[in-house]
Amino acid sequence: MDATSTLLADRAPSRAAVRGRFRRGPQGSDLNWALAFLVPYVAVFLLFVLYPVGFALWLGHRPADYVQLFSDPIYLQTIVNTLIYVVLGVNLHLFGALLLSGFFMRRSWAVRSLLLVYILPWAIPAIPIFIAIHWMLNGEWGFLNNLLWDVFHINGPSWLNSHWLGLLSVVVSYVWKWMPFWTVIFLAGRMAIPQDVYEAAAMDGAVGIRRFVYVTFPMLANLYLICTLLSTIWTLGDFNTVYFVTGGGPAWTTEVLATLGIRDAFTMDDPQLGMAAVLTALPLLIPLVIVLMRKLSKSQVQL
Amino acid sequence: MSATVAPLAGRPPRLPAPRRRFRPVYQIVEIVGCLLILIWTLLPIYSMIQVALQSNGDVFSSTLWPAHPTLGAFWTVLTEGYWYVSHFWLEIGNNLFIGVTTVVLTLLIGSLTSFVIGRMHFRQAWLVSSAALFTYVIPASFLAIPLYLIMRVYGLYDHLWAVTMVEVTIATPYAIFIFQQYGASIPIELDESARIDGASPLVIYYRIYLPLMAPALVAVGTYALLLAWNEYLYLFLLLSSPNTLTVPVALSQFLNSDQAPWNIMMATAVLYALPPIAIYYAFRKHMSAGLTMGGVKG
Repeated sequence: MDATSTLLADRAPSRAAVRGRFRRGPQGSDLNWALAFLVPYVAVFLLFVLYPVGFALWLGHRPADYVQLFSDPIYLQTIVNTLIYVVLGVNLHLFGALLLSGFFMRRSWAVRSLLLVYILPWAIPAIPIFIAIHWMLNGEWGFLNNLLWDVFHINGPSWLNSHWLGLLSVVVSYVWKWMPFWTVIFLAGRMAIPQDVYEAAAMDGAVGIRRFVYVTFPMLANLYLICTLLSTIWTLGDFNTVYFVTGGGPAWTTEVLATLGIRDAFTMDDPQLGMAAVLTALPLLIPLVIVLMRKLSKSQVQL
Repeated sequence: MSATVAPLAGRPPRLPAPRRRFRPVYQIVEIVGCLLILIWTLLPIYSMIQVALQSNGDVFSSTLWPAHPTLGAFWTVLTEGYWYVSHFWLEIGNNLFIGVTTVVLTLLIGSLTSFVIGRMHFRQAWLVSSAALFTYVIPASFLAIPLYLIMRVYGLYDHLWAVTMVEVTIATPYAIFIFQQYGASIPIELDESARIDGASPLVIYYRIYLPLMAPALVAVGTYALLLAWNEYLYLFLLLSSPNTLTVPVALSQFLNSDQAPWNIMMATAVLYALPPIAIYYAFRKHMSAGLTMGGVKG
C-alpha cells in the first residue's frame, strides 16, 4: 500500500486527471463496460421478478375469486392461522435469539463449543429435518411420546391430530430451524458494541438486567427492528414448515396462506384462485416492504 | 478487563482474577443452560438418525435407542437396493447440478453487478440497488404460481435450469449487498492505479476485484448452496419427469405413500443432509465473517 501511494504521488497530475474522469462517472467505452456488466442482473430481474410480479397481479384480478375465498371457512381459518403463525413464530424466535446471543457471549470453552452444535439446525436442509420432526411427533410411534413415557411416564397427546397442537408444533419447528441464524446475527451485533460503553455504564451502576435494558437493547434496537420486519416477510412466505410438519392437517385446519395458495392452484387446479389467496397477504406485505426498503437503503444494516 | 486498568502509582495493583468466573452458582446455571440448549438442538436430529439406524421391523418399537443398530438402511440407499431409492444417485446428481450452477451464476452475476454499483460510480446504479432490494423483500413462495406458468412460456419447464434460475434470482440480491459492503474495504486507489496503467474495467474486475473479494465469494457461495439445498417448492412444481426427480421430491412422495419404509426414508434424509453440513463446517470461518459483516453496522 505505501509503495503504491508513493508511486502514485510521483505522477500526481495524471492521477488527478484519471480520478476526475473516474469519479464523474463512466464515459465512452467505460460506460459500455458498465452497461455490459449490468446486463445479466437486469435480465434476471426483468424475466424472473418483474414479469412474474406483474403476472401475479393480473392473475388475481377477478373479484369472483375473492368472493369465493371469503365464503370459504377453510380460508378464514387460514387467515387466523397465518396471523398466529407469523406473530408467534417471529417474536418467539427473535426474542429467543436475542437472549441466547447474550448467553453465547460468555467466554467459557463449554459455551464456545456449544455454539458449533447449536448452529446445526441452520445448516441442515429443511425437508429432511421437517420430515423427521413429522415422524417424531407421531402420536403412536413418535420419538417424542416415547421419550415422555420413558422419562416422565406421561402419555403424550397425538400432536398432529388437533388444530392447536398442530399449529404449536409448526411454530416450534420453525423456531427450532431458524433461531440459530438470528442468534448469529445478534451475536455479531453484540460484539460490535464497544467494550468501553459497558465499562462506562458499569461505573454508573448499570449491571445485570439493567445493563441489558439500558445499554445492550437500545444499541441493538435498530438491528432488532430490521430483523423483525425481514423475518415477518419470510415467515409469511414460508411453505416448507407447514407443508411437511402437519401437511396442513388435520382437515386443512393448520394451513397458512402460502400452502393454501399452492393447494388451490395445483391440487384444485385453479391458479387464479390460488393467486388470489396469496394476494390477500398484500395489505400486510406492502407496508412491511415499504418500511423495510426505506430502512435497509438508509442504514448500513444488511443481512 | 484487567489489562485496560493500569495500576496507579502508589496503590497496590488490582487482583487480576475476575470474580464472576469462579462463582459456583454461575457455573451451574451455565452448565444447565448448555445442557438444555444441547437437548433442544439435538432432539430432532437424534430422532432422525435413530430411525435410520433401525431395521424395518424395529421402526414401530418404542425404544429410545435402536435395539439392534444397523447400517443396513444406509447401504440399501447407497446401492439403490429398494425400488423407492432405485434412482438415488440420479436424484442427488440433479440436486448437485442445481446447487453448483446456482453458486456459479450467483457469484458471477452478483460480483459483476456489485462491481458496477460499488466501483464504477455509475449514476443510475441506485436503480439496480433498488431492484435488488425489492427482490430481497418478496417472499419467494409468493411467486410460485406465476413462475410455474411463465417457465412454460420460456421453454424452461422440466429443465433443471428453471430451478437454478429461481434460486439465482433469490440469492443475487444478498450477494450484491454483501459484495458491496466487502468491496468498500478494498481501496479504490488500486483500481485507479490500474487504470493509469491502461487496464480496462474487465481486467480490473478480473485481476483486482475478484481475487481481493475471495472471502466474500466463499461466504456467499456457501449461502447460495445452502439456499438451493433447502428448496422444495420449486423442485416440486417446475420439474416433473423421472429424469429430473430430486431427493426432496422423492422424500415427499415417500411421505405420501402408506407403506413407506421409514428407516430407508430417514437414511436418505441423513445422506441428503450431509453435504451442506460438511460444506458449512468447512467454510464456517468465512461464513461468520460474512454474516458479521452483514449484521453489525447498526
